[in-house]
Amino acid sequence: MSKQIDLVDLDIYYGDFLAVEGVNLTVKANSVMSFIGPSGCGKSTVLRSINRMHEVIPGAHVKGAVNLDGENLYGPNVDPVLVRRTIGMVFQRPNPFPTMSIAENVIAGLKLEKDKKRKESMDEIVEKSLRGANLWEEVKDRLKRPGASLSGGQQQRLCIARAIAVEPQVLLMDEPCSALDPISTLAIEDLIRELKDRYTIIIVTHNMQQAGRVSDDTAFFNLSGIGKPGHLIEVGPTAQIFSHPEHKQTEDYIAGRFG
Amino acid sequence: MATTSHEPTTTRADPEGISGAAVRRGDRTFLGLSTGAGLLVLVVMAAIAVFLVWKAIPSIQADSANFFTEGQWLPDSDPPVFGIAVLLFGTLWTSIIALVIAVPIGYGIALFIAFYAQRRLASTLAFIVDLLAAVPSIIFGLWGLYNFMPYVVPFSQWLSEYLGFIPIFANSQELWTKSILMAGLVLAIMILPTVSAISREVFVQVPRMHVEAALALGATRWEMIRMAVFPFSRPGMISAAMLGLGRALGETIAVALILSAAFEINWAITEPGGNSFAANIALKWGEAGEVGRSALIASGLVLFFITLVVNMSARWVIARRKDFSGAN
Amino acid sequence: MTDLSGLRSGAPVPDTTPHSGPVTSSEAPPPNAGGRQNRGDSADSLHLTGNRLPRWAPWVIAAGAIILGLLVQVTGITVVGLAPGFVAAFAFLLVQTATSWTVEGRRHATDRLATTLIYTTFVLALVPLLWILITVIAKGLSVFSPEFFTSTMRNVNPRAEGGGIAHAFLGTLEQVGIAALIAVPIGVLAAVYLVEFGKGRFAYWISFFVDVMTGIPSIVAGLFIYTALILTGVLEQSGLAAGLALAILMLPVIVRATEEMLRIVPNELREGALALGVPKWKVILRIVIPTAISGIITGVMLAVARVAGETAPLLLVTFLAQDMNPNPATGSQASLPTFVWDQISRGTPASIDRAWGGALALILFVLVMYAGARIIAKIYSPKAR
Repeated sequence: MSKQIDLVDLDIYYGDFLAVEGVNLTVKANSVMSFIGPSGCGKSTVLRSINRMHEVIPGAHVKGAVNLDGENLYGPNVDPVLVRRTIGMVFQRPNPFPTMSIAENVIAGLKLEKDKKRKESMDEIVEKSLRGANLWEEVKDRLKRPGASLSGGQQQRLCIARAIAVEPQVLLMDEPCSALDPISTLAIEDLIRELKDRYTIIIVTHNMQQAGRVSDDTAFFNLSGIGKPGHLIEVGPTAQIFSHPEHKQTEDYIAGRFG
Repeated sequence: MATTSHEPTTTRADPEGISGAAVRRGDRTFLGLSTGAGLLVLVVMAAIAVFLVWKAIPSIQADSANFFTEGQWLPDSDPPVFGIAVLLFGTLWTSIIALVIAVPIGYGIALFIAFYAQRRLASTLAFIVDLLAAVPSIIFGLWGLYNFMPYVVPFSQWLSEYLGFIPIFANSQELWTKSILMAGLVLAIMILPTVSAISREVFVQVPRMHVEAALALGATRWEMIRMAVFPFSRPGMISAAMLGLGRALGETIAVALILSAAFEINWAITEPGGNSFAANIALKWGEAGEVGRSALIASGLVLFFITLVVNMSARWVIARRKDFSGAN
Repeated sequence: MTDLSGLRSGAPVPDTTPHSGPVTSSEAPPPNAGGRQNRGDSADSLHLTGNRLPRWAPWVIAAGAIILGLLVQVTGITVVGLAPGFVAAFAFLLVQTATSWTVEGRRHATDRLATTLIYTTFVLALVPLLWILITVIAKGLSVFSPEFFTSTMRNVNPRAEGGGIAHAFLGTLEQVGIAALIAVPIGVLAAVYLVEFGKGRFAYWISFFVDVMTGIPSIVAGLFIYTALILTGVLEQSGLAAGLALAILMLPVIVRATEEMLRIVPNELREGALALGVPKWKVILRIVIPTAISGIITGVMLAVARVAGETAPLLLVTFLAQDMNPNPATGSQASLPTFVWDQISRGTPASIDRAWGGALALILFVLVMYAGARIIAKIYSPKAR
């Protein structure tokens, strides 16, 4: 069963620079939340702090807590490697490993930690993950072809299959459709709606219409000025944020007055 | 050393463009001069081959033994008896030893600078490793002979005592100085910067998105390297090793100073034996007679050919990957 | 925090975790109520706390290894005949890997092992570098004196002390100077051709062979000059011949470096000038090259550093001189690298000392060129890189 994410008083730093300040929000289990806001407001930074990818950058660290069903992912003795297994990520540009075949890409994460408890064979996992990403029918006859031989939209679905093959609880998506054409974008959005039955999903998007189409809740982030930290301005059900936002900044952004 | 492509890029101004082709006299002269310079490169390469062949032929014809299989080197005797068997062995064997040592270490250094060290230090660290390449080979020879040797000897003795059951480590002559191992070690140090610099260039070119994809799947740093870096960099890593090999094959002075005069094929690395093409030329040149010099030139021709093949293959390996990679 | 012991035994995660005040518009998530939506085993995958080795662990293990090494040194008990340093190193590797494997698991143990080995390779690169530099400096300095720099080896008995490198230094300067005089114009022009004019197969092959040329063994360059120019009688064995051999070795380095610099010059610069009606050759000569000039100079200095230390070709095309010969066109001429070679071959203690002195002078020259090139590159680098 997928989990709920709570961000508690989260401050995110690059070295000494405070990039995002004081984030408190909850993402319900099996829901889709989108992070929206103007460029540079920190939404990707917040996303990356959830699966502890943020600290890959030297000097980057956080204060506060990110709780996965109450367990603090930044607690002492928590292994970031295991966190990233539980929380999967899909990136802006589709990035299947170029030297691996489609099937090899799907199980790339599994090969790292051979989970002895899983009974299925690798082939079964490949099929299951590709089905889960709505890609099986299109590639089932060419699983041995290189991952990079697919179209952009297919590559992104392959990356999603790769992410879900390790059976995470949460899926993070950092502008997953911005490098894709509109048809592929729609395919991915349909997929997201299906995936939320099994995962908790957080998606960063520049496209407000997409947020409206796909997410249950929306969080709006903004910067108070250049060089200042970003903040979470408002969070709530998508329908409410888009029609009756509580803050003027939110309303201005939604109306396109800036951003 | 940059691994640039051989295709001229399309980012230069069109010479036949706005200025109306090389019509003006200044343009024509300039074009002529620069084309001539480029042509000169080809001419020199061809000339090297031509002249070496020309001057090598007399000795080959005079050789009473088979040039390729004969071990002795007595071109000035009557009749001349000489062949490159020992030279081929010595060159290849010392170079292989150097490769076996330098390639893993070179890869490690490149990985260190690219993925383990602090970002800010990267170029300083690279500079320091590249300093090793600036040291002239004669100094490697001098240091190797007088300072390094006393440390290699006990190491050789240890090798033969504990690993002597493996034939190449055995030592039956109780001669420990000026061994093949010694030459191989010094060669290894000399080619280390080459291997590491080229590997490093390749490693930093791995697209960040593949590195992140691996990390996001929950890989440790080493697993990320194995998953995202090595497969992508394999052609470059091979090329780095081959260019290191090319460098080792052509090294003259350090080997000349370190290897002994023993002229025989000897696989036991802690013993003296063998000699390399280049070192042989350097050592025998002064005393060689006419046939002797021609014979040395012939051996130089073989060396030229071998390094040509190795270097061309190294470039070809990298050029190929641009076609198949599919990654952008 | 959730009690993890429940996780490990495969029991479903109790959903009674309290929420501490985050902005939320929902109630607590529905409990699992005994039914598992996906495979029950994956509840175990919420096993996020691996056991980690404490941060001080590697240091403690290292200290222990060093103590072990010292013990070996002091007591003389040998472990497979290994020197104490190696014993300590292997002990460290073994203990760290074993401890990590037990506590953290196979994956992290492998990662630590890889990290340690990779750090080691870097140290292994530093050791010979520092060793050589320190040795050359220490031994060479003891020979340095005003006399060393101003006198030659004329009439100096190999067994005697004294003598100097003045003739060798002059020789190197002249020979490298000649090489640069030849290689720089040709190299720059060839690079100009490749970047500004060349297209198609011809340029491809030139570029290809320039790369191949960088790999020519230096002794082959010497053989070429000998066969093409000396045997044919065009030149004597002289400094000039040496300069030509060195020019062959410098050429590809200069072509490559210049080529890279020219490519960095933005195309807008060229097009702007051409659009003003400036002829192409002037654009190249007056605009493109000056923009790239610092990089070209860097390339030249690096090439000079590379060939200044070349010994092999010189042994073939020059006679080693003991005396000053300012005329490169004829007669024997010394150079720094051949001076060192010559002194080594004499074998006497005094000669070996002089060899170290010559070596230090040579390496100083090379390092000054090398460092100078880097500094110029850093200061004047076009920001487009």
